[in-house]
Amino acid sequence: MFEANPYPEEVNAALSDFLLRMADTSLVLGHRLSEWCGHGPILEQDIAMSNLALDLIGQARNWYQLAAVQLGQGQSEDDLAYLRDAGQYRNVLLVELPNGDFGQTVLRQFFFDAYHYHYLKALTESGDENVANIAIKSLKEATYHLKWSSEWVIRLGDGTEESHRRMENALRELWEFTGELTTPNETDQLLTIMGLTPDLNLIRPLWEQQVQVVLAEATLEIPNRAWMQKGGKNGVHTEHLGFLLAEMQFLQRAYPNCEW
Amino acid sequence: MVAHPDLQTQFDLRVAEDQRIEPKDWMPEPYRRTLVRQISQHAHSEIVGMLPEGNWITRAPSLRRKAVLLAKVQDEAGHGLYLYSAAETLGTSREQMIDDLHSGKAKYSSIFNYPTLSWADMGVIGWLVDGAAIMNQVPLCRTSYGPYARAMVRICKEESFHQRQGYEIMMTLAKGSEAQRAMAQDALNRWWWPVLMMFGPKDDESPNTALSMQWKIKRFTNDELRQKFVDATVPQAEYLGLNIPDPDLKWNETRGHYDFGPINWDEFWEVVKGNGPCNRQRLEARRKAHEEGAWVREAAAAYANKRKAKSEK
Ligand SMILES: [Fe+2]
Ligand SMILES: [Fe+2]
Ligand SMILES: [Fe+2]
Repeated sequence: MFEANPYPEEVNAALSDFLLRMADTSLVLGHRLSEWCGHGPILEQDIAMSNLALDLIGQARNWYQLAAVQLGQGQSEDDLAYLRDAGQYRNVLLVELPNGDFGQTVLRQFFFDAYHYHYLKALTESGDENVANIAIKSLKEATYHLKWSSEWVIRLGDGTEESHRRMENALRELWEFTGELTTPNETDQLLTIMGLTPDLNLIRPLWEQQVQVVLAEATLEIPNRAWMQKGGKNGVHTEHLGFLLAEMQFLQRAYPNCEW
Repeated sequence: MVAHPDLQTQFDLRVAEDQRIEPKDWMPEPYRRTLVRQISQHAHSEIVGMLPEGNWITRAPSLRRKAVLLAKVQDEAGHGLYLYSAAETLGTSREQMIDDLHSGKAKYSSIFNYPTLSWADMGVIGWLVDGAAIMNQVPLCRTSYGPYARAMVRICKEESFHQRQGYEIMMTLAKGSEAQRAMAQDALNRWWWPVLMMFGPKDDESPNTALSMQWKIKRFTNDELRQKFVDATVPQAEYLGLNIPDPDLKWNETRGHYDFGPINWDEFWEVVKGNGPCNRQRLEARRKAHEEGAWVREAAAAYANKRKAKSEK
């Protein structure tokens, strides 16, 4: 368990917002991946996706627990996950998008992992030791995730004509949701000044580099569309998140105040 | 094919002495066929069995439950994998076995043709379905075919974990609100009889039992295992404060076992024939996953070939 670090009110609010973002992002992506369980294209990959999902849900739990401690209102990890509505969720938009086909799931994962890996690596230097410790633990998993998703992007991009075409479709679907990953908002700006989180502007070139290398090997071209969607970090989501939460939160909402 | 008398004798001796038969050893064709049927059927059960519980992963009521359920269903996928591998040592490919499942030629455990209608079903399935599976499978850890026995050792360890987790869900619900207790009771009502059917037909109607016992593929009869299960489960239900939906259930002092009411074998055979509540949906889901995954498998193969061609240059 964590012990809260004392911060000025404004910083603590930003830190809590950031912790919820980390938690929500991992949870929502883990939830999406868990939708594959039992329906994967190959038994081994069914298992692999459950592994990713389990890692991400585990990370989410750590972030929620720390968030609950910093918020200091006596909430549990489950209160935070199950009793907040879409407008209070802080995950990036990319992770709430539906799975699509396996190619789209893999590409979404790769875009996320490429950010997550570099971000967590920098986050291990956070001035908050709780944050740094969760980052250290998560980084091991993210390293493996990035390897898995990179390999699959390459395999499918450079596989058959059909798989190549499907990956091009996935790229078209997902590209506009990648910008938010490395675009700082007010929370990021304040926390970076305070030395608590890395500067996303420094993560962006690392992400771009990673994406260029892998997509090139996958014989895929980066779309030249510049427009990027954003909003998730500030609680403005796509239409998909509400349905995801309706399903995820159903029991807690239908039977309030129960132990499960 | 006529067995070489020496080989047949050697085989019989080894089985009689409780020695393991290994993939390279000579074995009678019917023994091989029986094993492929049984192991692949078991593998299919693990895989199809992912579906009813998979239903609730996205609705699990807490983060811990979500992780535990997902890990459980993932374990079942792992069990399927070990078992397909064990069956492959007998000369039938995984692809072939999966085709037989999808064409309806191969069977899987009928229990997975029942729907999961509430969260309490996750508790009952772990407690009773995994519990019944353990009863069936622990003896298989000593089955005569080596790869099967070894797979079963790994699997049984995980199954008993699943059973404890299921029982823990039941405990939580039983100690919970009125609505939660009702949910738990309703789940037990729906699953109890289908679970008793998991042990298979009565001994006098089980055509394969005698030979399987002789080959030491099976070590207890269906009725023996069913009785063991009932005896073990009744006190657990009592501890939960739940009622087993059988008015004839009572302790029989002279037998030293619980007596229980008649099983509806018509229902059993209907579900085996494909008329259970979810038979069509389960197979459909498996076929769909397989068909929609075809392009992925083709791409992976094509990519591997390209790599190989490059490295040979
Ligand atoms: Fe299993
Ligand atoms: Fe099993
Ligand atoms: Fe199990």
